[in-house]
Amino acid sequence: MMKGAGCKMQDAVAPDAHLHRVFTVAEVRVENARTRTLVLGGSLPARPGQFVMVWLPGVGEKPYSVAGAAPLTLLVADVGPFSHALHQLAPGDRVWVRGPLGQGFRLVAGRALLVGGGYGVAPLLFLARQVIAQGGAVEVCLGARTAEEVLLADEFAAAGAGVRITTEDGSGGAPGLVTTAVEAAIAGCRPDVVYACGPVPMLEAVDRLCVEHDLPCQLSWEAHIRCGLGLCGSCERPGTGWLVCRDGPVGPAGSGR
Amino acid sequence: MTDLTCHLLHLRLRNPVILASGVLGTSAALLRRAAEAGAGAVTAKSCGPVPRAGHPNPIAVDWGGGLINAVGLTNPGAEEEARLLAQARALLDPLGVPLIASVFDGSPAEFAQVARTVATARPHLIELNISCPNVHDEFGAPFAASARAAAEVTAAVKSAVDIPLTVKLAPNVPDIGRIAAAVVEAGADAITAVNTMPGLVIDAAAGRPVLSNRVGGISGPALKPIALRCVYEIAQAVHVPIIGTGGVLTGRDAAEMIMAGATAVGVGSAVWYRGVAALGEIAAELAAFMAAEGYATLEEMRGLAHR
Repeated sequence: MMKGAGCKMQDAVAPDAHLHRVFTVAEVRVENARTRTLVLGGSLPARPGQFVMVWLPGVGEKPYSVAGAAPLTLLVADVGPFSHALHQLAPGDRVWVRGPLGQGFRLVAGRALLVGGGYGVAPLLFLARQVIAQGGAVEVCLGARTAEEVLLADEFAAAGAGVRITTEDGSGGAPGLVTTAVEAAIAGCRPDVVYACGPVPMLEAVDRLCVEHDLPCQLSWEAHIRCGLGLCGSCERPGTGWLVCRDGPVGPAGSGR
Repeated sequence: MTDLTCHLLHLRLRNPVILASGVLGTSAALLRRAAEAGAGAVTAKSCGPVPRAGHPNPIAVDWGGGLINAVGLTNPGAEEEARLLAQARALLDPLGVPLIASVFDGSPAEFAQVARTVATARPHLIELNISCPNVHDEFGAPFAASARAAAEVTAAVKSAVDIPLTVKLAPNVPDIGRIAAAVVEAGADAITAVNTMPGLVIDAAAGRPVLSNRVGGISGPALKPIALRCVYEIAQAVHVPIIGTGGVLTGRDAAEMIMAGATAVGVGSAVWYRGVAALGEIAAELAAFMAAEGYATLEEMRGLAHR
């Protein structure tokens, strides 16, 4: 009864994907002055690119990319009251999680180019590890405003990915926008697929580049996610009817247009 | 040959499945998507006089037997809503799918003013949402809790606009038939029944309500038998079309709603359980059910459960 034929790639929901589950924080890693990794004491059957709704009772609920599924791992930048509260958590504290939700990246064999802008890197290390585990090659372009804000570069290298860094202020890697590095990487490694996650203008630029170079791409969009159920309409990419929380967050070229 | 054509007041719907208010109705593109997925008509999200952000997260969860939500009437205000509705009509008219607007406000006179504003976009029908359970702090008890208050709102809007009205009733009243009779007497052309059922979901580990609004509206499977009973009683009390809404997830559920006395069937939570495709799938399942059971038209099934 619950199995829909799917409209525009919406899958029927997993039968137990919807209830809040309690997780205990197992480990907190400080990535930089504003960013922490929370490793939780438990796993979820999540694919790279899917997200979870994280609830702190009495504080609120926000969407987070799954940065690792086993154990469940979240990359949290301190950018507002909710993420600030997550930054106060210590091992042994509890968080409530519903998900995994949404459509993740669909793995394509061959050479993968990953593009991460700022905190958009969150699902990409998880993705890189899966691509490499399945025999694919990974090159990743990491863009940030400053060298301090480049995240997980060492972890990508340790996982076996080639890493290109760009910073807007030139304090690390090449100066400029990540899209410059993306053009160089497309010319250099001729990827079979491009996966990108980051701010909307970056995704739109990557989308255009992939159209120009006739490359398949998968874009992970950010949005104001409220219900997470594909009902309330808050996360629609403007004017498209495309819902980030249910049709995405990962969509094909043009998914955000 | 099974005929799903649904005659709702002056409207001819290709099938009786109507996208319910509050689900996907926040933009013209989403309303078109619901129509393309197979809905017979679509209802926009309720709008009030001025923009509202709604409640903070969590605003909705699936608790196992259904959903609970307290979105908090998020809307862009009546002026912007009228623009949205006009855009939606331009997209929907070529598809032959009628558009239903939905309005709320705090007093009969204000209700009428919001309805006047959205009426400029010429929706085919205007739903009066007098039964939202989730804004009690600001608006007090819903108008739908009282036959007199419900009738006052209906009469005020009826005299303000020339578009047919459907009044959306609340399930948590002692005698919904009496309230239906009062709004029909006041000029309601149709009844939408029902809104969500007030409820509360507590997370025991947290020792707190899950929703930021604490209480919310229950929809989905838990609401279906409640909605069926309401539609059944309304059908005995009045003789206007009923848009039966509450827990319809399958074509068989839709058949039950029609057998209780509904002319058309509202679908909302099914979009979570089955995706947007649910709208067309429910219509197709209803046709298959009718063919298997030997019903040629919706009229042959309507009110059957009253015998």
